[in-house]
Amino acid sequence: MPWIVQNLWLVPALPILAAGVSALVKQRNRVFAASLAIGSMAISFLLSVWAFAHVLRLGSYGAITRQAVNFGWFQFGSEWLKLGWVLDPLAALMLLMVAFVGLLIFIYSIGYMAHDENFTRFFCFLALFAGAMLGVVIANSLLLLFMCWEIVGLTSYLLIGFWYANPRAAAAAKKAFIVTRIGDLAFFLGMVWLYAQAGTLLFYDGGTGCLEHSALTRLVAQTTVIGMVASTGIALLIFCGAAGKSGQVPLHVWLPDAMEGPTPVSALIHAATMVAAGVFLIARIYPLMSAHVEMAIPFTTTTALQVVTWVGAITAVFGAMIAVAHYDIKRILAYSTISQLGYMMMGLGVGGVAVGMFHLITHAFFKSLLFLGAGSVIHGCSGEQDIRRMGGLGKLMPITFATYAVGMLALCGFPLFFSGFWSKDAILHAAHSWSVSQSPFYMGAFGALLTAFYMTRQVYYVFGGKSRLAATSPGLHHASTPPHESAAVMTIPLVILAAFAMLLGLVGTPAWPWLQSFLDSQRTVVNFAAFSNAALLSVMVSASLLVFLGLGLGWWFYGRTPIVDADAPDALGQLQPRIFAVLGHSFYVDEMYGATILRLNAWWSRACDWIDRWVWNGAVQTVSYLVLGFAWLDYFLDTQVLNAGFDEGCQGVSRGGQILALLQGGRTQSYLRMIGLALIALVVFLLWGARG
Amino acid sequence: MLAWTIYISFLGALVLLLLPKASVASARILALLTAVAGFAIALTAFAQHRTGEMLTVVRAPWIPSLGIEYHLAADGISLTLLLLTGIIAISGILFSWNIEHRAQEFFSFYLLLIGAVYGVFLSYDLFLLFVFYEIVIIPKYFLIAIWGSTRREYGAMKLALYSFIGSAMVLIGLIAAYVRAGAKSMALGDLAQYPFPLHFQMWAFPLVFVGFAILAGLWPFHTWAPTGHVAAPTAASMLLAGVVMKLGAYGCLRVAMTLFPLGLLTPWGLHVLGLGSWRDVFALLAVIGIVYGAMVALVQKDFKFVIGYSSVSHMGFVLLGLMTLNQIGLSGAVLQMFSHGILAGLLFAVVGRMVYDRTHTRDLATLGPMNLNKAIPFAAVTFVVAGMASMGLPGFSGFVAELMVTIGVWRAFPVLTVCVGIGIVVGVAYIWRAMQKAFFAEAGVESVTPKPPLPPITFPERLGAVLLIGTSVLIGLYPQLLLNVIVPALNSPLFDGLRKGSWQ
Repeated sequence: MPWIVQNLWLVPALPILAAGVSALVKQRNRVFAASLAIGSMAISFLLSVWAFAHVLRLGSYGAITRQAVNFGWFQFGSEWLKLGWVLDPLAALMLLMVAFVGLLIFIYSIGYMAHDENFTRFFCFLALFAGAMLGVVIANSLLLLFMCWEIVGLTSYLLIGFWYANPRAAAAAKKAFIVTRIGDLAFFLGMVWLYAQAGTLLFYDGGTGCLEHSALTRLVAQTTVIGMVASTGIALLIFCGAAGKSGQVPLHVWLPDAMEGPTPVSALIHAATMVAAGVFLIARIYPLMSAHVEMAIPFTTTTALQVVTWVGAITAVFGAMIAVAHYDIKRILAYSTISQLGYMMMGLGVGGVAVGMFHLITHAFFKSLLFLGAGSVIHGCSGEQDIRRMGGLGKLMPITFATYAVGMLALCGFPLFFSGFWSKDAILHAAHSWSVSQSPFYMGAFGALLTAFYMTRQVYYVFGGKSRLAATSPGLHHASTPPHESAAVMTIPLVILAAFAMLLGLVGTPAWPWLQSFLDSQRTVVNFAAFSNAALLSVMVSASLLVFLGLGLGWWFYGRTPIVDADAPDALGQLQPRIFAVLGHSFYVDEMYGATILRLNAWWSRACDWIDRWVWNGAVQTVSYLVLGFAWLDYFLDTQVLNAGFDEGCQGVSRGGQILALLQGGRTQSYLRMIGLALIALVVFLLWGARG
Repeated sequence: MLAWTIYISFLGALVLLLLPKASVASARILALLTAVAGFAIALTAFAQHRTGEMLTVVRAPWIPSLGIEYHLAADGISLTLLLLTGIIAISGILFSWNIEHRAQEFFSFYLLLIGAVYGVFLSYDLFLLFVFYEIVIIPKYFLIAIWGSTRREYGAMKLALYSFIGSAMVLIGLIAAYVRAGAKSMALGDLAQYPFPLHFQMWAFPLVFVGFAILAGLWPFHTWAPTGHVAAPTAASMLLAGVVMKLGAYGCLRVAMTLFPLGLLTPWGLHVLGLGSWRDVFALLAVIGIVYGAMVALVQKDFKFVIGYSSVSHMGFVLLGLMTLNQIGLSGAVLQMFSHGILAGLLFAVVGRMVYDRTHTRDLATLGPMNLNKAIPFAAVTFVVAGMASMGLPGFSGFVAELMVTIGVWRAFPVLTVCVGIGIVVGVAYIWRAMQKAFFAEAGVESVTPKPPLPPITFPERLGAVLLIGTSVLIGLYPQLLLNVIVPALNSPLFDGLRKGSWQ
């Protein structure tokens, strides 16, 4: 087995080690902590490149590209619970993306966090996150994946709440952890169920892993009480976990709030990697998701995949609609992320691993580009996040503007030159030919229109017109410094990401579907004739038209007349104030949870506490009062009956004693008197007797 | 050699009483040395232990006419718990370094308690076990009643009464079994082999099981635990939650379940509320304990009560693991005993020693504005780490133990797994709430700087925290260390009766 497979564990271990070391050093050692984190990440990146090249080489001469290393963790009875790591095209691709984007964001963070007093701690958390995320990617065991997954969730919590002095950040962190934890509960149950059924949690184990043929056949054959196939039940439970992490409706509520964290965190965790982990998980367990009775026929959809598709489609539209009506630059991007994650899920559901993963990879680049661009904007505007108060930044921050525009066009899916076009088109094409229903296709198309619209709106607000920064908020601290372009340490990552956001689409065009073949371990052939496919072409053209329509509408509402007044109502808001308000409140999902689940839970806890206080404790109290009552009764008996008798007896004795004591006074006179009396008595007695 | 864990603790307790009153420092050091010696002996025995064997330590006739012997023996399960006792004893003393009030007596009672606990875990003769079990109660009472806080007389008395009721039930059961088996021997192995008739086991099992389980915090007999924990001084809370609750669980497994396996396994032949056997009943009570304890912890105003109820919840996992009656569930239960001992000890140390001894309040509403994460950051970090471990984050011992129990439960009672899951989620919530409220100021509340400034965290506290966290991480990353001895012990002849039933 080659060295890189044997030692693949180094990829996640190095950043974790770096995190451990920097946790021990003092806060002052800023340079040390940052260079440690970046150095470890750079080595991990190089190892990832090596691993990727290895898989590529294996694939190029048709060898088996999946290699796994397993080891026993603990044993009970004759069973061993095993963990392990796997290197296959999916893992290699994801490793490369996570390590590369991670590295760029680490570098960017030096600039962004330069003035923060907890700089060292930030890099410690960031490195821990990156290590755990890389662990998720290479895990060959659902259990190891889950463990890394939880650490990812923990670091996400720590980083969202990094500025914990800000109460909103603290609340957002708590919300993120608990909401994802609810999804993870289902994941955990699914895992336990899988273990009980398959007897292993390893994905690939020389034919006995839970994603391999024999285990899947067994899982498909078993039916649960409610008539659902075991594999479906397990797959759906695990999907709940994925939905929690990947912000799918209805567990999406934490993601917009998570934007309270530092912007590099939003870019790394809440755009490129962690939120994509849910999509990756579904891609990883795709054999389980798609397992059905007739294993021979490929591409027949299963219940689990249908659920994934529908949830994804709904999320895609839902997120895009809400993004239209928000004003916070990062929140808009967050809802956009939710929407795009929905696309990825939909892609997995309708088209398989390659389609979903393609969008995941392209999205990771252009969305982290957008977030870092937004960070640059926020940094330049000294902390302002409200797009109504920006404006005119196009001239002041040219590099940021140019790269942001690239990211925006990639996200919208601007035809041909931007990666988002190709990956989104692949999803729409797959949805169009989906056998179950056409609705996801229409929902996806509508989402694409909305995406183009809200991104145009945002760009016009931020970069177009004149600066509204100074005029509006005299009370804020940033009035003193005019907006400025960010330092090179921040703009260079932007440029690199922008290049990828444009070029990356070329690896998955219909003419040269390299990514698809790579993931399926097949050879790629260039075939320009693929474009002549009528269905494909019509989808492509209609999607492009929708994008142009969205861009045009955006211009009509926001670009035609420059926005001058920061307090002026939104152009769309004037047209449809009611709908706009509903969207602006994100469909009131948070409020609904507050009114139902949270209240129910609080009530239930209080009920339990009440029971404990009054019923159980009351029972104990009653018993103790009863015992006390008996005690009092006994006491009464003791004092009034038993003791009284005893006392009486004692008093009787002592009184008798006192009388007798008089006889022994020790005084001669009384003795004489007594003798005299006795004599008299004796005389009387004798006389009495003599007479008788 | 292993018997010296008991003797050395008792000896230490005696010597401490002979020390002059002024020598508080030497009392602490002596107590610490004694605890370390006990732990070292346990560790040596653990290292030398050959898996699966029941190592006889001492065997001498005691009351020959009744067949009662002074018989100490250890297998993997007892060794695991002996190790736990050693670790908790050491860290408990480290966290009591600030005791000035009658320190000699405090440490003397403390060591007496430790010695008796070692005795219970080592006893092979059930009469001896009972004697040690009773000795445990006495120092416990005094530790709470003299050095305790909040309603200490009430807490101490409630604890003592519950313990006595439990041990009375155990005693009745044991005597009945002894007489029934011909009154020749009180050795665990002999009684476990005796085929008690079914109808006898049917009433003796619940009697003895509940008797022990009272001390393990079985719902609804758990109410001694929160009040007792709260009233106790830090080290005593650590011991109570850390090892004394394990005494109960250990008794359930080692005595009740081995002596009367049929009483546990055999269905009643009728169903009451869907419950068909004692196993169903206790599994249900354990699950209720898990969810209920977590729920109640969620609304407490007193920081220590949160941890007190969390103990009830976590001990539910132990009892539920016992009721699964499969390899993984039972091993998980023993592992959870160890894990909960370590983590509950740590949590009580943070609340009792690091926070309460400095701020003199445990009211979450008062603690919040103090912004303790700034004032005593080490305490905040320790609590966060301990809380993560307690809520079952991978990498800590709690995760492995709860995972094993949950898999076991899934095999035995699939429906209950969902309730266990709910318990786990609420577990996250209450730790979170307590952490947020105790260490981080809420929005819109004015920060108060405590006056005088809080004393910094001392070296013994840091040492104790590192010891406990390190142990939890070690077991979390390499559980095989303990499972190597636990699993063969569960497969030993002692558990034959259970194995013949429905062992998987």
